[in-house]
Amino acid sequence: MGVVASGTKLVPTPYMVAVMMRDFAFGGVYDDAFSGTILTHLLASMQRVYGGFLLAAAIGIPLGLLIGKVAFVRALLDPTLSLLRPIPVTAWLPLSMVFFGLGPRSAVFLVFLGAFYPILLNTVFGVRSVDGKLFEAAAMLGCDGSRMFRQVVMPASLPAIFNGLRLGHGFAWILIVVGEMTGVPTGLGSVIMDGRTLSRPDLVITGMVVIGVAGFACDRLIVVLNNYVLRWSPQHRG
Amino acid sequence: MADRRPFLHVRDVGKTFQIGSERVDALHHVDLTIDKGEFVCLIGASGCGKSTLLRIIAGFETPSYGDVRVYDAPITGPGSDRGMVFQDYALFPWMTVRNNIAFGPRQKSLSSAEIRSSTEKYLEMVGLAKFADRYPYQLSGGMKQRVAIARVLANEAGILLMDEPFGALDALTREQLQDELLEIWARTQVTILFVTHSVEEATLLADRVVVMTAGPGRIESDNRVSLTRPRDVSAPDFNAVRRNLTEKLTSHVSRRRLKSVA
Repeated sequence: MGVVASGTKLVPTPYMVAVMMRDFAFGGVYDDAFSGTILTHLLASMQRVYGGFLLAAAIGIPLGLLIGKVAFVRALLDPTLSLLRPIPVTAWLPLSMVFFGLGPRSAVFLVFLGAFYPILLNTVFGVRSVDGKLFEAAAMLGCDGSRMFRQVVMPASLPAIFNGLRLGHGFAWILIVVGEMTGVPTGLGSVIMDGRTLSRPDLVITGMVVIGVAGFACDRLIVVLNNYVLRWSPQHRG
Repeated sequence: MADRRPFLHVRDVGKTFQIGSERVDALHHVDLTIDKGEFVCLIGASGCGKSTLLRIIAGFETPSYGDVRVYDAPITGPGSDRGMVFQDYALFPWMTVRNNIAFGPRQKSLSSAEIRSSTEKYLEMVGLAKFADRYPYQLSGGMKQRVAIARVLANEAGILLMDEPFGALDALTREQLQDELLEIWARTQVTILFVTHSVEEATLLADRVVVMTAGPGRIESDNRVSLTRPRDVSAPDFNAVRRNLTEKLTSHVSRRRLKSVA
């Protein structure tokens, strides 16, 4: 009420955001610390997003295949993973700062955690829901052991794995902001945080828009890859 | 010199399933021998264990007692000498028609030229050369089943196990595939064990029709069909065989029904 009465504008006009966006991209308007720095921040964020995301995929997919297919591995790891899963990733923030210090590595860790579970769980689900007849068909054609894994389990789980990758990728972009809000000098999350500290809502919204566009564009890339790899399965086209 | 040992020998095979606290006798002391190159149909009401018997021969399930032998060598699991054709095809959806057919040959240490030549041969045999690069989702049911048949033939399986393979197809496609199967059988001289619940289909296809009955599943009668090929479903002698088989199939069912009423 007081804010409204005093006439302070907390929400900037679209024009103000557009000007900010231009300055952020090319400079020449405000010429301050944020002018023309879009690439620095975008690349820093993307590095962390894809560092964490690829790490999550590199660990989550093989682990998911093993948990789904090998009863022993499932018995060994499932209790621990199931206990850790309900903990929100953001709750790991303080601990990750203890582990990795204030800085980008802590952000990468959060991204990794956020992307890891959707990838892992979807992979496990994919393996467990392969039609048993396909294993029988492969076995009678002389396929067994590790060849069965490579030639049947993996391709048959691909639709679910891609589902997990897409979900995990979305979470990765969410968590990068949380990860970069604490003591990281670069990155789109830190831009938003700085905008808040400096009371520059146009900067905050600019950061949001850039994250939205970048996340969307990267998601489309995954969909294109998905559609190519799963061209045999019309119901899994995005 | 002809091999005197039986080609495929089902020796006193039984299978009991535990469903909850109930024990179900799916197969009860089943004996069956099949000669090389024979076309044998298994018919019977649902629950008579015909599919279970087929799955035991395929090696997908182990019998509770007894065993199945090919030339006196007991079957211990699935093997490339016996190829199953499933009712719902079980094609690998991520592979093209060509790669589905090449799947078996690729498991053996063959040269790529050998793999290609056997794949093309069976693609040709089932008339799908034009569709070689399609994925299963782009095929009709009849075409999918042709791929499934070519897939086991390309694997050089000597025994074709077919579990109601044409059950999901429309009547026209079914007739066409029956003709094609007979042609393939004549060309390749494979041994075929074919499960169906259509008496007409069994009469049309088989050298021998084995009638099974349920509760517990066992063989009720083993009937040689000596009609000349090609067979005409509208001929009087065809009808006589069919009627005879139908009686054998239903007499047991109606007897059981009477017993349960009384």
